[in-house]
Amino acid sequence: MRRNVPFLVKLLAIIGFGILYVPVIMMMIYSFNKSKLVSVWAGFSTKWYKELWTDDILITALYKSVLIGISSATISTIFGLLIAIAFVRFASFRGRLFLSLVASAPLVMPEAVTGLSMLLLFIAMEASFGWPSGRGIDTIMIAHATFGMCFAAVVIQTRLRDMDKSLEEAARDLGGRQPFVFLSITFPLILPSIIAAWLLSFTLSFDDLVIASFVSGPGSSTLPIVIFSKIRLGVSPEINAVATLMILSISAFVILGSLLVLRRDGKK
Amino acid sequence: MMRIFFQKYGFLLVIWLPVGWLSLFFMLPLIEMINVSFSEARRAVPPYNPAFQIGEKGISFQPVFDNYLLIYDYWGDYLWPAVNSIRLAFFSTVWCLFFAYPMAWWIARSKKPLQHILLVLVLMPFWTSSLLRMYALIGLLNPNGVINDFLLWAGIIVTPIQMMQTDFSIYSGMLLTYLPLMILPLYASLVRLDNALLEAAADLGAKNWEIFRTIILPLSLPGVIAGCLLVFIPAVGEFVIPALLGGPEQLMLGKVIWTEFFRNRDWPVAAAIAIILIAIIILPVVYARYQDKEGLS
Amino acid sequence: MPPFIRIQNISKKYGVLQAVDAVSFDLEKGELFSLLGPSGCGKTTLLRILAGFEVPTSGLVEIDGQNMANVDPADRPVNIMFQNYALFPHMSVFNNIAYGLQRASLAKNEINHRVEDLLKLVHLTGMGERKPATLSGGQRQRVALARALARRPKLLLLDEPLAALDKKLRSDTQFELVNIQEKLGTTFIVVTHDQEEAMTLSTRIGVMNEGQLVQLATPNEIYENPKTRFIADFVGDISFVPAKINRQDGDYWLMDAAVPIYAACEHNLEAGKSITLAIRPEKITLTPEASGKINEFPVRIDDWAFYGAGTQYRVTGPGGIKLKLFQSHNQPSNAQLRPDQIETGFIHFAPESIIILEDK
Repeated sequence: MRRNVPFLVKLLAIIGFGILYVPVIMMMIYSFNKSKLVSVWAGFSTKWYKELWTDDILITALYKSVLIGISSATISTIFGLLIAIAFVRFASFRGRLFLSLVASAPLVMPEAVTGLSMLLLFIAMEASFGWPSGRGIDTIMIAHATFGMCFAAVVIQTRLRDMDKSLEEAARDLGGRQPFVFLSITFPLILPSIIAAWLLSFTLSFDDLVIASFVSGPGSSTLPIVIFSKIRLGVSPEINAVATLMILSISAFVILGSLLVLRRDGKK
Repeated sequence: MMRIFFQKYGFLLVIWLPVGWLSLFFMLPLIEMINVSFSEARRAVPPYNPAFQIGEKGISFQPVFDNYLLIYDYWGDYLWPAVNSIRLAFFSTVWCLFFAYPMAWWIARSKKPLQHILLVLVLMPFWTSSLLRMYALIGLLNPNGVINDFLLWAGIIVTPIQMMQTDFSIYSGMLLTYLPLMILPLYASLVRLDNALLEAAADLGAKNWEIFRTIILPLSLPGVIAGCLLVFIPAVGEFVIPALLGGPEQLMLGKVIWTEFFRNRDWPVAAAIAIILIAIIILPVVYARYQDKEGLS
Repeated sequence: MPPFIRIQNISKKYGVLQAVDAVSFDLEKGELFSLLGPSGCGKTTLLRILAGFEVPTSGLVEIDGQNMANVDPADRPVNIMFQNYALFPHMSVFNNIAYGLQRASLAKNEINHRVEDLLKLVHLTGMGERKPATLSGGQRQRVALARALARRPKLLLLDEPLAALDKKLRSDTQFELVNIQEKLGTTFIVVTHDQEEAMTLSTRIGVMNEGQLVQLATPNEIYENPKTRFIADFVGDISFVPAKINRQDGDYWLMDAAVPIYAACEHNLEAGKSITLAIRPEKITLTPEASGKINEFPVRIDDWAFYGAGTQYRVTGPGGIKLKLFQSHNQPSNAQLRPDQIETGFIHFAPESIIILEDK
């Protein structure tokens, strides 16, 4: 009987969910508005969606964002895995404190600070060694991979720590050697967390505006940068349409992923 | 051959690859930023004269404190946004707690299918872009946005309410962005709460409010602290929210760094402000790490 | 005068599941009563109904003449000691015990006084400032007991009070629990799935199965005269032999099993009816040679296990009858039995020791 949640609690919770969802749902509705005027409903139309495909700037930016997202997420995941292994499997090593510091500080560093400091380094490096020449996709990739790997490390670390160590010990007892034991036993067991880490790094990169703004150069505007500059010009049905598509596609992934995870947990 | 290589050097590779990367692309940039913050601004490319230099004349280090003095002199332009950042982040944290606690409670106490649905509903905004959600919020709060239109149409108001560029719009944006971060640790601590403890309290004569005050709240306190830190730390350095939803009254440090850098092209001052921002978040971050260690032992 | 605790026709349904099915019994003041049954038999649900956490679908609970319907758990003169104790982890031992007293808005002096008394009662004097996490299992159990007793309930409910303790500690705690109960005279209802615990603790036992109260009697009565095959099997060790009633033969009844068996029965039996005979292992005597007693037949020893106080055997008799028997090392005649050296023997048992079960 004490499981009953008081009415006031439920009411506040529903308002909370309202705060999270009402703006996005309204935006989605208005993305189908015929009128150019945002707030006047002039009938249902999908014309803004059709116009998106002819907007070259958006399409190019999308392509760049996906490219940067995939490459930086891959680097992030590999390095995140290495960091996780270092922390969970190696009890003590020289530089442990340093690694734990530099692997966790980016998690709390304000984006503006990270972006600014990286840009300053890139400029100093260019002045000293001539690399990287100018800023572009490669510098954004490096920046995203750097903070992405810290998030990836956290995700994989949690899973690796929960893993039964005796499984690895059993494999070694039966004559397995590294890295075979890792690849045949550990890796498959932590694979879900590796996938989750990759997806997290990808979304972080794909959604990032601030860091990318600092370390991008002319002609390397990512999708958030393009959208941000459009938003500053005012609300428009076209951005409504882009935003709706992006949110819907990511939400579809999240729902699918959650269903898979919950179903697996449910079976246990 | 490969195997011997891995067994011998795998250990070092696992540690030194990430250490190398993070030193190069995280530590070094911070050091360079400190360097720039002590450098002299000039009209050139790059627009500063490095304090620390390795050149033909050997190594030289000539720090200038002009940038920090400038911040001090024009404290109205720089320190006020710093105070403002703390103020807005603090009250945003309070608002998040206010809504997140009931949400987490409800999710923790609900039965299986509903609980899963609610959790997914919390996680979904977490994965979608904050920029786009802020944009959606603008559509709601604008003078000609959905809310004002509705109120005008309903005849409740005659002229649109100014909601954009106010503290209200900032708090709405912060709630929209950071609610999930507050809910998750709260949920984790509330869902672990043994129902038998609540029954024991009721059995010993505690009424609903007393059960909350003496059992639920103290036992969920670690979740409350974790959630507050998870919201406060990024909220202090927030850029998108003050940039899109705030006016001059809602200036925050993240936006000041941006303006100094892109608009005024004063890189040394931008770097100095960034250092100040780090100084503001360092206290809660150290506290969070300390809490973490406590929790482990 | 009405009974001190009256439970009348209590039923609880969860959807189609009948968790408690028309259970009625009365308790006298100061009784130590056990509800015994396998997990899922409804005993915990019944306990939670008494504590007020569940509302019965139908039925009546009266404590000291007062109807408990619509009385909030917080206001009932009933306290419960939870299975895993449910000690508040963030409070000291003192505050755990004082919790119920503080809710009753007692004066601070009075609270301190009463908590000190309780600490003394459960032998934890001086441990008041400790946190539950720093206590041993036995100490936690005693804190939980003290906390539940603090409000001086008329009825104390104990949900598997000893289950979380290890075996050695359990027997000491059992006696301690009985001592405290006798000292305070509080009525206790203990819920347990452990028949040994129920036997040693209680003045009376109610055995539950599938939501129903199947037998309510003293421990001795339940052991010696179980009403159903379920109770016979659940309480203690026993062997079953299917048989058919043949006829009365002198003082005894002749039963047709794989071998003819004589059984004692005080009431009349219906000849030709199929029944089950049951016999406790310690009632059977194993001898190397035949002794010519009633109910004696040869057996083959399948295996045996040494138990310290005695040896347990599993034997097969004529017609494939399987029996369990327990030979105490106390009896001189058994001292010469060397289980590792014999493969066959003779068993016999008194007709009075046979339990006749008339259900299927």
